[in-house]
Amino acid sequence: MTNLVDIPKVNAKNMTEKEYFYGHKACAGCGGSVAVRLALKVLGERTYTALPAGCMSAVGFIYPQMAFNTNALITTFPGAASMASGIAAGAKALGQKDVKTVVFAGDGGTADIGFQALSGMIDRNDDVLYICYDNEAYMNTGIQKSGLTPYGTKTTTTPAGENLPGTITHKKNLFEIIAAHDIAYAATASIGYPQDFMNKVNKAKHTKGATFIHVYASCPTGWGTPTETSIEIAKDAVDCGLIFLAEYEDGEYKLNRNPKEFASVKDYLKKQGRFKHMTDEDIQCVTEHRDKKWARMRKQWL
Amino acid sequence: MKTNKIFISGDEAVAQGVKLCRPHVIAAYPITPQTITVERLSEMVEAGEMDGIYMHVESEHSAISATMGASAVGARTFTASSSQGLLYMAEGLHYCSGGRWPVVMMNANRSVALPWSIYGDQRDSLSLLDCGWIQVYVEDAQEALDMMIQAYKIAEHKDVLTPMMVNLDGFILTHTYELVDIPEQKMVDEFLPVFETPNKMSFEEPKNLGFSSKPDDNTEFKYQQNEAMFKAIDVIRDVDQEFAEKFGRKYYDMVEEYRCDDAEVVLVALGSVCGTIRVVVDKMRAAGKKVGLLKIRYMRPFPETEVKDLARRVHAIGVIDKDISFGYEGTVYTNVNSAISKIDKYVYKSNFVGGLGGRDITKEEIEEMFEKLFFGVKNKSEEKVEFFSLNVESND
Repeated sequence: MTNLVDIPKVNAKNMTEKEYFYGHKACAGCGGSVAVRLALKVLGERTYTALPAGCMSAVGFIYPQMAFNTNALITTFPGAASMASGIAAGAKALGQKDVKTVVFAGDGGTADIGFQALSGMIDRNDDVLYICYDNEAYMNTGIQKSGLTPYGTKTTTTPAGENLPGTITHKKNLFEIIAAHDIAYAATASIGYPQDFMNKVNKAKHTKGATFIHVYASCPTGWGTPTETSIEIAKDAVDCGLIFLAEYEDGEYKLNRNPKEFASVKDYLKKQGRFKHMTDEDIQCVTEHRDKKWARMRKQWL
Repeated sequence: MKTNKIFISGDEAVAQGVKLCRPHVIAAYPITPQTITVERLSEMVEAGEMDGIYMHVESEHSAISATMGASAVGARTFTASSSQGLLYMAEGLHYCSGGRWPVVMMNANRSVALPWSIYGDQRDSLSLLDCGWIQVYVEDAQEALDMMIQAYKIAEHKDVLTPMMVNLDGFILTHTYELVDIPEQKMVDEFLPVFETPNKMSFEEPKNLGFSSKPDDNTEFKYQQNEAMFKAIDVIRDVDQEFAEKFGRKYYDMVEEYRCDDAEVVLVALGSVCGTIRVVVDKMRAAGKKVGLLKIRYMRPFPETEVKDLARRVHAIGVIDKDISFGYEGTVYTNVNSAISKIDKYVYKSNFVGGLGGRDITKEEIEEMFEKLFFGVKNKSEEKVEFFSLNVESND
């Protein structure tokens, strides 16, 4: 196996100018499409790309205007991981060398409907990189709550009103659920830290077997944020500690950023239409949950 | 012709047939009564008798998804299921035929819950008749093996590129043993060419597949899919003929008529019950009664021409359905009836629903059905859908 430490780092200077995902119909400022675009720049031509139902498949494959410059395929909604596993197995059985299969699935496609197949894929250690672009709700169908929608979010199925603050559950702990499979490599990332994300993709590319990246990807349409702030808001999420950057490698967790102080949670939330209604009490609930999580991560991972 | 006969179950015959076809990828999830097939295939892979990859998927939905993925890069694939598992695949079945991926599947026909039953009827596959798969029903283990070999050749034909489901009755065929001739690998290799398809992703010619279509295009895709299904009829005929020449066994393509030449009354059925009907036909023929059997082999594409042709020659047709479309009639009957309605002649018809959840259909019952058909013709009885051998009071 390649020593992951020795892989040349990807940066703005050496990254390819080739585009593998363009001409699609995503909303202006779409964070998911940034994640796909950057990841494919790292993965390159010899990539089979599989996407379940979701924003990126909806905007990328409208016949006859195909937006992927790599081989690409829309999968069944619950079967992204298994269809990708089949691609990888088929390629192997046909003797194809130097091939990577990648999945780009949304938060609902990953943490909810596609989870069983994903668990099976990791269990079999199939040679697939699974990237979950997390915009924290079912955006393609019109902003409905998923298993990764955070507490307090107003969605079309968790409306905020006098009786409820919007979503009443916290995000599923996806990264650790994946790591609990004892996967060869898993990471969290944010499009607000693109170089970190791309280098994690690069590590996964050079890891044989099942790998997973959970990348935070903003959605101006669903979040109620200006289109030009998509990268900024994805960075804010990390800086205020609601999203963390970490890796799981060789059975060990690693916190990539462990700031002494967090930026304001309230500032991050109040920039977004989906959180506008939140009371100080709601924000307190979110902050406490963050602090508890970080205390545990610092205790167990450092 | 040289034979190599071994005593095996229907499930094992399927596994032997699949092995001879050299699939690259097998993805399956265990379900009674399909399990022996996947166990044998796993053993063959372990023993190095097969080069293919066996994927231990975590569900039937993933089994069909994985085979589609593998097919989408040009690999030959196999999966197997039954009953609840087949229904769990339902989304993938439509997806697969729409994607024009020629996956081949064995389905062990089994009842559908509730109530739970692991035993056989044909409600599972018949309820999925519209999913765009070629559906064939076999009568014995030899036919099951032979149809695996024919299935790849039919499904992968460039004019067809449509997935194919080979159905065999749960337990009656899957778990009973017969002497089955195993063809030579060399002969199968000569008969079945390497899988080539333009419909795949490749690095020489990258493609975006499984795309979405607008209302402007969708009908055209579905039209082409339907045309491919009709083209399959000729391919099925050619493949069966070529198979007969190569291996010495002929299955009369879409349907098989048994003693129908001068028949007055005919029973139509699918699968293993045809074996029992043959015995009854012989007995009644010996007593001078002009009865016959139409064994429908393919439910999709449907043998409309053959059914019409038979209907023109007989007075009455009874259809045995090991299924019921609740609130109407048996699905086989609906299909047969539709074909008969297109000829300019009255034929007395009756639908016998039974054999559900594994109940035997006996020789006595079949004889009674023939007698009912004779009676119906003679007395111009009302045509009806009848649950036969019912243990609760019927409303009729």
